[in-house]
Amino acid sequence: MSTAHSQPHADDGAHGSLTSYTIGFLLSLALTGLSFGAVMSGAVPHAMILPAIVGLAVVQLLVQLVLFLHLGSAPSQRGNSVIFLLTAALIAILVSGSLWVMHNANLNMMPMQMSAEHAMAHE
Amino acid sequence: MSSPVTTIDAGHGDHGHGHDAGGNTVLGFWIYLMSDCLIFAILFATFGVLASSYAGGPTGKELFDLPYVAGETLILLVSSFTFGVAMLNMAARKTESVISWLLVTFLLGTGFIWMEVREFTHLIAEHAGPDRSAFLSAYFTLVGTHGLHVTAGLLWLVTMMHQVARYGLDGIVRRRLACLSLFWHFLDLVWICVFTFVYLRGVL
Amino acid sequence: MLGKLTLDAVPWHEPIIMGTGAVVALGGLAVLAALTWFRLWGPLWRDWVTSVDHKKIGVMYIVLALVMLLRGFADAIMMRLQQAFAANDAAGFLPPHHYDQIFTAHGVIMIFFVATPLILGLMNVIVPLQIGARDVAFPFVNSLSFWLSAFGAVLVMASMWIGDFAATGWVAYPPLSELGYSPTTGVDYYIWSLQISGLGTTLTGINFIVTILRMRAPGMKLMQMPVFTWTALITNVLIVAVFPVLTATLALLTADRYLGMHFFTNELGGNAMMYINLIWVWGHPEVYILILPAFGAFSEIVPTFSGKPLFGYKSMVYATSSIGVLSFFVWLHHFFTMGSGANVNAFFGIMTSIISIPTGVKLFNWLFTMFRGRIRYHTSVLWTVGFMVTFAVGGMTGVLLAVPGADFVLHNSLFLVAHFHNVIIGGVVFGCLAGISFWFPKVFGFTLNEFWGKVSFWCWLVGYWLAFTPLYLLGFKGMTRRMNHYDHADWHPYLIVALIGAVIIGMGILSLLIQFYVSIRDREQNRDLTGDPWDARSLEWGTASPAPFYNFAVLPEISSVEQHWADKESGRNLVQPTHYEDIHMPKNTGTGFIISAFGFVLCFAMVWHMWAIAGVSLLGVIGTFLFRAYDRDVDYWVPAAEVEAIENARYALLKKAA
Repeated sequence: MSTAHSQPHADDGAHGSLTSYTIGFLLSLALTGLSFGAVMSGAVPHAMILPAIVGLAVVQLLVQLVLFLHLGSAPSQRGNSVIFLLTAALIAILVSGSLWVMHNANLNMMPMQMSAEHAMAHE
Repeated sequence: MSSPVTTIDAGHGDHGHGHDAGGNTVLGFWIYLMSDCLIFAILFATFGVLASSYAGGPTGKELFDLPYVAGETLILLVSSFTFGVAMLNMAARKTESVISWLLVTFLLGTGFIWMEVREFTHLIAEHAGPDRSAFLSAYFTLVGTHGLHVTAGLLWLVTMMHQVARYGLDGIVRRRLACLSLFWHFLDLVWICVFTFVYLRGVL
Repeated sequence: MLGKLTLDAVPWHEPIIMGTGAVVALGGLAVLAALTWFRLWGPLWRDWVTSVDHKKIGVMYIVLALVMLLRGFADAIMMRLQQAFAANDAAGFLPPHHYDQIFTAHGVIMIFFVATPLILGLMNVIVPLQIGARDVAFPFVNSLSFWLSAFGAVLVMASMWIGDFAATGWVAYPPLSELGYSPTTGVDYYIWSLQISGLGTTLTGINFIVTILRMRAPGMKLMQMPVFTWTALITNVLIVAVFPVLTATLALLTADRYLGMHFFTNELGGNAMMYINLIWVWGHPEVYILILPAFGAFSEIVPTFSGKPLFGYKSMVYATSSIGVLSFFVWLHHFFTMGSGANVNAFFGIMTSIISIPTGVKLFNWLFTMFRGRIRYHTSVLWTVGFMVTFAVGGMTGVLLAVPGADFVLHNSLFLVAHFHNVIIGGVVFGCLAGISFWFPKVFGFTLNEFWGKVSFWCWLVGYWLAFTPLYLLGFKGMTRRMNHYDHADWHPYLIVALIGAVIIGMGILSLLIQFYVSIRDREQNRDLTGDPWDARSLEWGTASPAPFYNFAVLPEISSVEQHWADKESGRNLVQPTHYEDIHMPKNTGTGFIISAFGFVLCFAMVWHMWAIAGVSLLGVIGTFLFRAYDRDVDYWVPAAEVEAIENARYALLKKAA
């Protein structure tokens, strides 16, 4: 199967190439394998597992954003990249804000099995 | 959504438009995709808040079959790659190859959905359905919403395979394939977050 | 097949509802009869229902808003009447369960089906004209958006006579909105009408962002856009940012109610606070979505009638952008009292106070624009001055409420109710009425009657202050919101004054309707022949009134932030182009209407658990959409000769007037 372009055209950043898709695929495969391996193999110390899989996920997201979705600083893609970054920032604010609010709200919930004195002793 | 001014390929002396109407559609679709990201973000946040609300019912550790999930992940990842190959063939104007690679993508996507439906029905049969606890409600809704999006993508894939066959790779069809490609890759991005924060984290 | 729907769903034994129904039915029949008698069905379908023209769609949004204003206001008058009567031993005429539906419907209708369509309508009519574009980026989607909203309103209206409406307050907090405490169809009507209209609004957001970013006339840089377009841009960014949150949150409530899930239930691990958190993540930016276009309208009106350019254009843009950004950092101030603790409250309280600063910047810019200007007191300027005074007070009470300690006393009191009506009426309503007054001639080709406009304004201003100042005082005295009945005799006089104020607002609404009638009756005497009745400054005033369907025969070259003013000074506005080309325009289509109609049936069927009908309607939605996807006959070319003929007539009129 040939994927060579039939005529040369200016690469404005909006297309990939077989090379970039293959690299993206192989990298994603490796990163996925590392994530599942970190959890399933027992080779990683327990406290390190969560940071590891989160880090691996972020890297794989970036790999696929750049190599599959063609985000980047190429002129035709700059607008999409900015919009994506703004969305990511918004998501960070709303999600972290919600988690912060809910964590605090849950903290202040009346414990169900405790007596009032026991609860006040925990303050 | 079809923009009316692209029956003529954008940029072909379109009498003073001065703008790339096809580019409008792709930008609009990208912005829609960002709004979809926000929906998923809210579902993830909700899952995060309710992740330990087992209500005495089964936990992720008890329910999740990681090798099975790895299989689903692999299928979806390969389908993202095969869609990329379809797009390369579109750039090269190879109509038959485009349809073939879209078909492969469709079959892989169907496989993914079939695996997920199997997983869901199994859980429900084991009294671990979405009505058992808040944790399970959040799990089914988050993963299920992703699955619904994939299903919509499958319908779109079938439509595009037909439109490619009927109209060839004209401006409108290419523009729509560009949008579908953004959509399909985006679904794999969301899945990265799903397998990380729902499945892998869920068994820790 | 009919799910839960039976003849019992109609509230036969409720005289108020059945009486209203009779009046509405008669009125509706009269309208249908008139349409038939005057043979208007054809033009209605061809020129309006199937239109993809942003100018027509904008008008339809505003008509929808004004019709729903009557319903929302009726709810308000009923509440004021009930509270004016139900002191001590008197029970009033509205039993609690009915009263609860009224205040819920009042809020839902005013926010979603009056304020939102008003701003969407204004943006629709004006933005493409202000940026020198021929239409929005996605005209078909624009039509779809409108009809989705319209059918959402129909769904809410249907709830009055078929079933009931939510009795939970307009934000429908669980667990009250869960099945256990709201087992009837009320909350379901709420959910589905908001989902269908919310989808329309989200699509509009996407549409306008692409339009403003990519379809400006050649040469128009971002910092040369009129301020109304800037506020429209930021509003639409907010829409796309937060309506997905509403969609997701309502979907989770739907999952609880329809699929037995436990997101927000009391049992099995649900957390109702998460709903409250999420709904206000949407809810706060929503009120900025409503106010920013109103601010934009004022930013056009003030320079025009002061005869001076807007003071501080750049700071206006930065202030509006700041408001947009900051609106994501304040949402918790809607639930300070719900137990998140001092640290969380402090952060959100401080952020809320900060957001008042850019609003102050805008107010000062308007004042500095008017300073040393030659001010003409057109009705729209009266609305503007009324806004400045009224909204400033409302903003200040907002800053008071932003202090968590104060809010602990005042949360959910009538002080809060007075505050948000203060800013919404003083800001959004006054702004939209000002905008309608200002831009009416551009849309319809004749000016509105000034006398009745001024009567309407004074009634609204006096009526607002009479209706809501007592509520501020009652809030301090301890009266909570949503009260059907009370035992404090000393609250009674205040509520009577409030009722009087509401009646005067009603006179303001009546004057508005009279204004439309008189203006239409006298339209020939008030024709706008030049397209620029106010000697205005921005690009839309360079077109004819009404603008031709293609807006601009030749896309203008932009080099100034007040291009039309510059053209008048240079005389360029009288110079007719020598050459016209064919113009590419989108074809009208009924697809938007049909998809929305199927959507309406789908939502109604979901409310009543008519699963088969719901399934078929869903297929109808998808099928019609696919039909559109295969439709390749979606546009046409207007011959240059036709354009030239229209433009010749235009320039002839211009020269005659000059």
